[in-house]
Amino acid sequence: MPVLDRLQQSVAALAESAAQAHGVLVLQVAPAGVLPLVRRLKSDLGFDLLLDVTAIDWIGQAPRFEVVWHFYSTTDRVRVRVKARVTEQDPTVDSLVAHYGSARYMERECHEMYGIVFRGNDDLRPILLYEGFVGHPLRKDYPKRQEQPLIPYREGWE
Amino acid sequence: MRDPVIPIRAERPQPTSAFEYLSTKKDELVGWARKFSLFPYPFVTACCAMEFMAVSSSPYDTDRFGAALPRFSPRQSDLLMVVGTVNHKQAPILLKVYEQMCEPKWVIAFGVCATSGGFYQNYAALAGIDKIIPVDVYIPGCPPRPETVIDGIMKLQDKISRERHPILTKDF
Amino acid sequence: MNARIPNPIRPAFTSTEHEDHVLVNIGPSHPATHGTIQIVAELDGEKIVRTDVHCGYLHRGFEKECEDHTWHNLIPYVDRLNYCSALINDFAYCDAVEQLMGVEVTPRTRYLRTLLAEYSRIADHLTCIAASLMELGAMTAFLYLVMIRDYIYEHIADLTGARVTYSFGRIGGLARDLPDGWLKRLEEILVQYDDFVGRVHGLVDRNRIFIDRTRDVGVISTAEAINWGYTGPILRSTGAPRDLRKDTPYLAYAELDFQVPVGIKGDNYDRYYVRMREMDESVHMIRQLVDLLAATPGPINVDDRRCTFPEKAHVYTEIESLINHFKLVMDGPRVPAGEIYVAHEGANGELGFFLVSDGSGTPYKVHVRSPSFVHMGGAHRMLDGYQLADLIPTFGSINMIGGECDR
Repeated sequence: MPVLDRLQQSVAALAESAAQAHGVLVLQVAPAGVLPLVRRLKSDLGFDLLLDVTAIDWIGQAPRFEVVWHFYSTTDRVRVRVKARVTEQDPTVDSLVAHYGSARYMERECHEMYGIVFRGNDDLRPILLYEGFVGHPLRKDYPKRQEQPLIPYREGWE
Repeated sequence: MRDPVIPIRAERPQPTSAFEYLSTKKDELVGWARKFSLFPYPFVTACCAMEFMAVSSSPYDTDRFGAALPRFSPRQSDLLMVVGTVNHKQAPILLKVYEQMCEPKWVIAFGVCATSGGFYQNYAALAGIDKIIPVDVYIPGCPPRPETVIDGIMKLQDKISRERHPILTKDF
Repeated sequence: MNARIPNPIRPAFTSTEHEDHVLVNIGPSHPATHGTIQIVAELDGEKIVRTDVHCGYLHRGFEKECEDHTWHNLIPYVDRLNYCSALINDFAYCDAVEQLMGVEVTPRTRYLRTLLAEYSRIADHLTCIAASLMELGAMTAFLYLVMIRDYIYEHIADLTGARVTYSFGRIGGLARDLPDGWLKRLEEILVQYDDFVGRVHGLVDRNRIFIDRTRDVGVISTAEAINWGYTGPILRSTGAPRDLRKDTPYLAYAELDFQVPVGIKGDNYDRYYVRMREMDESVHMIRQLVDLLAATPGPINVDDRRCTFPEKAHVYTEIESLINHFKLVMDGPRVPAGEIYVAHEGANGELGFFLVSDGSGTPYKVHVRSPSFVHMGGAHRMLDGYQLADLIPTFGSINMIGGECDR
């Protein structure tokens, strides 16, 4: 796609690698390079909508986590995926709350599910889980059925 | 051996004295009054809400059973309809609402998620509300058809009408 | 809170800014908020000063559950995300898997999926408008719209077998083709839809009370909406004509003639009207698709043994079909390793599926970009500064669907 080719050329300097896959431009960056790249995407290239913040747990690989952002440009109608690998010992990335308001809730969810710490987002309370939940359920080493009930079960139920 | 067919309309034992006859009639009267004036508290969470809305509206209409007027305060309602999945975050809320309801109260588990957790067997969902509160009628279905819901309400009404209200109890 | 019953949340503020203000807890079991949401609000008399919106009361572990099932088996879970318009979720997910596999659906499936997606969108908007009107006191409008929605449910039950959550999409096509007489009944329902919705327009559109309660209430500007991640009818009500069906067409939308309704002010009245007009556009699209379907006979499922189940007659007689069927059921369709993000225009906005595959029959990760969750992040912009009673129509017009928000 010509729009994506043009974009790829503009940001290639700021990313470790840039490729097109299934109609989306995929940029791989180091964690420190996320904020400069996002500033460039938002101010110069018109990516005004932050669609999604999530993470992938590549258990067994190092670095273990891969934080994934999706951006959309309402003017050019294209999407960009930005990925950054962080380690298990220091799963910290910069937060985008200063640039996109929608980052607030999405980063909270990513934090509680994977344990990714977003530097700059001071409100990382659990949003889908509850106070008192220990652990990060979407990590591959969290057993699916491990429940942490808040209310003790009635007699006769295990 | 367990009886394979459990009759819903159990035969009432025949009264043997005038006092028993009067108290049986009194129980029937109280049961009749209670079963046709149910005030549900719709504790609505998930997809079953769509069928709850459908069963309360014109095509199926729970108003025919006297069970249409919802009371959104637990103090004023007597039927807790738990509609949809209850997860561990919601469980304290459910328990609080149940405890705030006054006697007599009944609980309907509407849908398989409230009955047993449905097909959500994971860290988040409570596998059945009867783990924290006692349930009177379980309505299966994902979501149950409105006719199933009405059948469940009718079974609850049968259960209510069969209840005993002894005047002299061991505590009295 | 009762010492024995723990509090599952930690509000952002536990004391008020000003000593005359009051902290009020709204939800999560509330009669007028449609869906389980808890809003901790600080009130100055009747005016809301600030709010803290808490979701998660319907978190059912969708992503974790998906990692345990094959690509086919998790279609019922996908259904229950936005349960008001379940078919849109089905088709968005199946589209994502098909693109990752490199499978292209047949033309008839494309048209049928588009028709059913628009049909589901009508059901979703009907539910949203009916519920919000009921909360404003217009019980008649609720009963009319739920009547039409019930006809739609029964009609789709003729096709799929279920009323609310259908699990009808399949990777590579659909579960089955249309039964006889289905399109005729569709036209009857659309005629009744015009009648009933016309009545609701007459009752509500120029009603002094409705206008007073919804005009200039819950206003959000386009720039703010985009900053907070809004898409769908809410963004369109602010005046921005952004619609994925027009911007990045998928399925059969490029061949259809339809308009994208936009609002002027971004308030509750505009959101109501945008949804009503979108339903009319959906009906217009459905009528076009009925003609297109009649001109496109053919198979429903693509003839690709990587994802399509073979005919039962072959399964019982040929060993290759038997093994194919066995592998598809036990291991699941093998999706090549990679990742993909596909977004469809759901009833609430951009519904995206981010799939990560490691080459096997079960997904490595299935992530839903749910519009309702992102909208909750910015809901406080529409709630703060208005009256407490305005919270109800504003919240109803955001159309937060719990299954989609909390996943």
